[in-house]
Amino acid sequence: MGSIDSGSQPAANGKLEIKIWRGRAKDGAFSAYQVPEQAHQTVLDVVTYVQRRIDATLAYRFACRVGMCGSCAMTVNGVPRWTCRTDVKTVARKGRLVIEPLRNLPVVKDLVTDMAPFFDKWQAAEGRLQATSDREAEVATIDPASPERKAADAGVECINCAVCYSACDVVTWNPDYLGPAALNRAWTLQNDERDGGKAERLRAVTSDGGCQNCHSHQSCTEHCPVGLSPTASIAGLKRMATRAAFGRGPR
Amino acid sequence: MIGPRLWLLQRATALIMAPFVLVHLGLIIVAVQGGLDASEILARTQGSWGWALFYVAFVLAVAIHAAIGLRVVIAETLRPRRWVLNLTAWVILIVLAVLGLRAVYAVIA
Repeated sequence: MGSIDSGSQPAANGKLEIKIWRGRAKDGAFSAYQVPEQAHQTVLDVVTYVQRRIDATLAYRFACRVGMCGSCAMTVNGVPRWTCRTDVKTVARKGRLVIEPLRNLPVVKDLVTDMAPFFDKWQAAEGRLQATSDREAEVATIDPASPERKAADAGVECINCAVCYSACDVVTWNPDYLGPAALNRAWTLQNDERDGGKAERLRAVTSDGGCQNCHSHQSCTEHCPVGLSPTASIAGLKRMATRAAFGRGPR
Repeated sequence: MIGPRLWLLQRATALIMAPFVLVHLGLIIVAVQGGLDASEILARTQGSWGWALFYVAFVLAVAIHAAIGLRVVIAETLRPRRWVLNLTAWVILIVLAVLGLRAVYAVIA
């Protein structure tokens, strides 16, 4: 899908031709807007311009504008992206942008999706620390060089933007599938020495909608804005599940 | 749509099939060196317990592996009800197993 964006060229008349999805998934439609082209303009800047200068009824979601909060993900020219860190120049084709809400999530209105199914699956995957100590205990000492710590490190910087969830075809085909983000989070916790819920979590991530549904298409890894590899994390869970089937599972 | 048991079973049958495919292909290459001749093939297979065991195991591994794989494809593309899905997978497994075992019987007996 990366090739879709190649061959970017400047807008003809200093104006970007923008199409934005308006309304809901079923009865919505694209509306066209013209936005002045500027240097170092992000896709989020373009959406904000439309909302502030052209049509105040446009609904979209953002918060930090610096790629930390994971709120502003949208589909840009067919590709899921964090819009606050996506320079228009790198994705516009002949000055044209088509901006849609994320795929695989219910559309509330315009560019706003209902993130509830995404976070529900985090919980279904036991994507939370099961603490084994309390605040009185000493801070856990974890060797940064241990294989578990390295495995957790590789996946822990997820910003919950749902770009991977939107990119994943298995999520589209199988609504029960927990998805790359939730499974990636589960994998980091399976490698967290402080966690006491590993057996329970392994059951959760090998349920009907669990890690074994992943076909390793790697769309999640291709599109993750912070460069994580949920595919590798899911493969880790598969290995863990296989070991558990031979009596070598986490306790 | 696929639980951990079926998933593991499909991987286990894949592990079984990998060397079997190599032996099977190797045998074909060796067998056609002097031209393809039914009596030559039957002379090798008829009454051979070794080849009987090899191909029975191969056929069963294929039937199980393919039935689970097609079950996933059907689940993701057609999303049938679970009982329809499971029944379809069983039918695929039985048809493949019967066709395969019948062929093994034909060259061994």
